[in-house]
Amino acid sequence: MSEQALLQIEGIHTFIGQFHILEGVTVSVPRGSIHVLLGRNGAGKTTTLKSIMGITPPSQGRILYNGMPINGKRPYQIAQLGIGYVPEHRAIFKELSVRENLIIAGRSSKDFELKEDFIFELFPDLKRLITLSGGNLSGGQQQMLAVARALVPDNQLLLIDEPSEGLAPVIIETLMEAIQRLSDNVTVLLVEQNFRVASKLAQQFTIIDEGHSVETGEMGDLVSNQELIQKYLGVA
Amino acid sequence: MNNEFQRTMIIVGIIFVALLGTSFGVAMASGNGIGTFGIVIVAGLFNAMLLFLVAAGLSIVFGLMDVLNLAQGAYFTIGAYVAWQFHHAPMFAGIPADLRFVLGVLLATVIGAILGIILERGLLQPLYERPIFQIVLTFGVGIVIGEILKAIWGTAGKQWIEPFGLQQGLFVVFGQQFSIYRLFVIVIGFILIIAIALLLRYTRIGIIIRAGVEDSEMVEALGINVRFVFTGVFTLGCAVATFGGAVAAPFLGAGLGVGQGFLLGAIAVIVLGGLGSYEGTAIGSVLVGLAGQVVIQVTNYANSINIDPETFGGGSFLAGLLNYSTDVVGMSVWSSLTPMILLILVLLLRPSGLFGKER
Repeated sequence: MSEQALLQIEGIHTFIGQFHILEGVTVSVPRGSIHVLLGRNGAGKTTTLKSIMGITPPSQGRILYNGMPINGKRPYQIAQLGIGYVPEHRAIFKELSVRENLIIAGRSSKDFELKEDFIFELFPDLKRLITLSGGNLSGGQQQMLAVARALVPDNQLLLIDEPSEGLAPVIIETLMEAIQRLSDNVTVLLVEQNFRVASKLAQQFTIIDEGHSVETGEMGDLVSNQELIQKYLGVA
Repeated sequence: MNNEFQRTMIIVGIIFVALLGTSFGVAMASGNGIGTFGIVIVAGLFNAMLLFLVAAGLSIVFGLMDVLNLAQGAYFTIGAYVAWQFHHAPMFAGIPADLRFVLGVLLATVIGAILGIILERGLLQPLYERPIFQIVLTFGVGIVIGEILKAIWGTAGKQWIEPFGLQQGLFVVFGQQFSIYRLFVIVIGFILIIAIALLLRYTRIGIIIRAGVEDSEMVEALGINVRFVFTGVFTLGCAVATFGGAVAAPFLGAGLGVGQGFLLGAIAVIVLGGLGSYEGTAIGSVLVGLAGQVVIQVTNYANSINIDPETFGGGSFLAGLLNYSTDVVGMSVWSSLTPMILLILVLLLRPSGLFGKER
């Protein structure tokens, strides 16, 4: 295990029902970095994040967070260790107001008040939308809310799944800027299909293909390796 | 306020006006005076509150946990027996009757909460991934509770024979006198409706419950122990049902089937109001409670007159059918059918119920 790794995933296997989705995924996420999981649709990126969170617990392998194994823990216990999860399709609570969506994410009622200024500085739009229900927000606003929700508690690691999916370019820019700023304080493990976004944000990458982690390294090296990009990501 | 909500409130308003208008019209036509209208309102609200006490737990538990607790009626029955026993036990005869009633209700509520924890922790938790098994389990638990109650108290129903102050005081609505106890139950019911609404709307636990109704997996991923919340909500639901049985005991007595009737009505209420919708459950309870009394009033009136076949232009079949339906089928049957009939009518207009979302 790398000395600085905040999160170390070692050869995990995960089943969903009878389907063997992850067949040996290994990822090392250094503290204070943005690490991106790349791969085609259905490769196992989202399942990797869900396995870390304990939503689809792995049947084999180990997941170490701060050097401590977190396999077998329930999702709420994993979240309480300081891991924030921003799922694919946002999963914000549509019947709850923006404020309630943020309050619920805190470990206590006071957490949101303590982080309020920081969150609204990062996403000023949310301040004006605070009383609206989540279901009335646009896709971009919902995504901002989903990321903001993960910032309410004092998380050390954020797992962010496909933040740019279905968003307009201008919104993507705003989100990228916010995630970049976040990485000053927290470590980010990102799943991103948009290679341009991924390559701008992340310092390290891991490529997952058919449930296996097949390549890992510095993002700069990947950007210059067109053959690898073409082979696993299909990006010209 | 969105258009959907406005449309729903218009439908609710129309149903209320239709029910109250029918009751008022029949009261005037029957010559019994406006007092019968008062009876419909008071008796309807009284039944509505008892229905709500069973339906509230059923609705919140179903919304949050996807568990339809078919033992809820049995918990209501337990409440009735415990309150009856406490009130009529010779060893507690020295306690003033009013205080004895209140203590009996509290004792029943605590017992309901304890039994709720036992059912959720001991039996339901292992079955969270198996919804069909949960339904069978809660149905079975209802039967087992019934058999235990039968073993303790026998098959004969227990009448509330020792009155207390609340039952003896009177209040008047539209010239008709009612026991203050009925007003007490109605007020307690409304207080609970508002208290639970405030809890759901303004407290952190309420926000967690509402979020859990939408997406309990995401709530857990935010660091909240959802199973602990499940236990709390399930316990609250059972406690409220036993509270309802205890509060109703002076009127209904304690009998093995007392909760089952309310369970069927409560299932109709939560579907009619919209699965998982608290406001739908509250409004649905009032609608069903009032509708049941309106049907009794209309059936009584129809029973008192013999419909002349010539009224329908010689269509003796229709007149015969109407006479049969009121004289032979009788008011109690129509009253029991009312929740289901209302449910069918609402579902024809709103397939997801009044305040329901597509699930």
